[in-house]
Amino acid sequence: MIEVTGAAKAFAVRRRTGRLRRSRTVVHAVRDLGFTVPRGAFVGLLGPNGAGKSTTIKMLTGILAPSAGTVRVCGLDPSRQRTALARRIGVVFGQRTTLWWDLPLRDSLDLARRLYRVEGRAHRARLAELTDLLELAPFLDTPVRQLSLGQRMRGDLAAALLHAPELLILDEPTIGLDVVSRATVRGFLERLNTERGTTVLLTTHDLGDIERLCPRVLIIDHGRLAFDGDLDRLRAEVGGERLLVVELARPGPPLRLPGVAVDRVEGPRQWLRLPEGESAAAVIARLAAGHEVRDIALRETGIDEVVARLYRGDRAYRAQ
Amino acid sequence: MGVFAWVAWYAFRRHTAYPLASLAEAVTNTVFGFLRAYVLTALWAARPHLGGYDATDAVTFTFLTQALIGPVQIFGGLELSRRIRTGDVAIDLYRPAGLQAWWLADDLGRAAGSLVLRGGLPLAAGFLAFDLRAPGPAGLAACVPSFALAIVTGFALRYLVALGAFWLHDDRGLASVALVLSLFLSGMIVPLVVFPGPAGDVARALPWSALVQVPAEVFLGKRTGAGLASALAFQAAWAAALLAAGALATRRARRRLVIHGG
Repeated sequence: MIEVTGAAKAFAVRRRTGRLRRSRTVVHAVRDLGFTVPRGAFVGLLGPNGAGKSTTIKMLTGILAPSAGTVRVCGLDPSRQRTALARRIGVVFGQRTTLWWDLPLRDSLDLARRLYRVEGRAHRARLAELTDLLELAPFLDTPVRQLSLGQRMRGDLAAALLHAPELLILDEPTIGLDVVSRATVRGFLERLNTERGTTVLLTTHDLGDIERLCPRVLIIDHGRLAFDGDLDRLRAEVGGERLLVVELARPGPPLRLPGVAVDRVEGPRQWLRLPEGESAAAVIARLAAGHEVRDIALRETGIDEVVARLYRGDRAYRAQ
Repeated sequence: MGVFAWVAWYAFRRHTAYPLASLAEAVTNTVFGFLRAYVLTALWAARPHLGGYDATDAVTFTFLTQALIGPVQIFGGLELSRRIRTGDVAIDLYRPAGLQAWWLADDLGRAAGSLVLRGGLPLAAGFLAFDLRAPGPAGLAACVPSFALAIVTGFALRYLVALGAFWLHDDRGLASVALVLSLFLSGMIVPLVVFPGPAGDVARALPWSALVQVPAEVFLGKRTGAGLASALAFQAAWAAALLAAGALATRRARRRLVIHGG
């Protein structure tokens, strides 16, 4: 569905270096990026701010032409066959809207139908289905400017899906949404993928989205692919470590246990880092033997922490 | 109906969504019409037959051009420039429809809405307070293509200014220059017939005169027969040339595009 080979995008940026002088520097937003997404997949695209995610999406949708390499989406060259491609894919930019601010949502959806030339009966059926799944009915006739962010996002999703695209590309669709709206959007995307077989590429900073939805994760950093695989592999590769939080009877100096590093000490509480393969039971037994322990908690490394570590580059990582 | 007809229709709906705001604008246009009319009345009292116009022509010219402010959007501005600055233009560029055609359709819908809501009041007030020159049925019929071409030419100019934001990252400087040119060279401040000698000839040959001066002359019945045909051809030629320049600039912009705001 998506094939990206050696794609790069460089921008020339002019900077003022003197009263009249300007220097031209080249910023590489994306360099030597390669990945493929098969039909029916649900793939998460992660990366810190400025990593090149949005540029990648703009190359996939044909808004930007790559400066090098090739990009193929649905077998088409996005920048050359943008119009043909746009009829086959749906795109939602979470921070921007395709809806007409001053008109009821229904009108924007009608315009989307005209834009994508959806035939009347197919449109009615599709609209009814999307209205039902995205719970649009209560605000179909409300001007978009009066919608909450969550409602607007559902409206945008409907507008992007009215022409039944094979591929849906989402750029931070859950940004700023409350827990309930987020759950609605996630549930909807999951059904879209499993029941309709729509391929979905999702960029997000919300790792909950990724955990819930994406069996496969691509991580872009500094314009390059830094990771491609599933979440378990990501955890294993970046941080198989677990954290043991120990509350002692009294405050004391950092504990000394072979193979275990103390991460933090706060009064009687200490955070111990268990390396991969180290048995928590053995460490606890050793600990209890030498100290008076009041409480113990074992924490798996959360996906947030895994990704933060990856972004910071705590450990060497490489693309598959 | 093609998608652009729908875009125009929804733009019309959108721009007529706030009738009270439009009424306020129409009232403002009308009040300024009176100010301008009295200034020109004084001018024509001192210099009768200035530029071949009599006082009635001058006052009619004033109220007509006040009515055209909204539809031709003589003060400039196109929502597209804000969208380029914020990066929302990504949405426009992604659509399976041409950028310029989309915005032209949008602007035609806007202009129609503006004509309905803002065009009537200045003219009606002018006719009530002064003895204005009304065109006959043939004159009115001639006004239809002339006004339409004025709107298209106005759009083509504003589109070029808006696209400037792709290169300049901010179109405010360009827009200020465009505003001054548009006010002086369209005939909005004073009819271009008042400009003396070669300055007048140059002003009348520039695209801005297609926005106000030419349609006003058609309304006043100063262009009939071959004169009318040349007036419409003049407007059509500028509209076509500027739209072509806009199409070229759009292609260039797509190539060197930087989307702002991630």
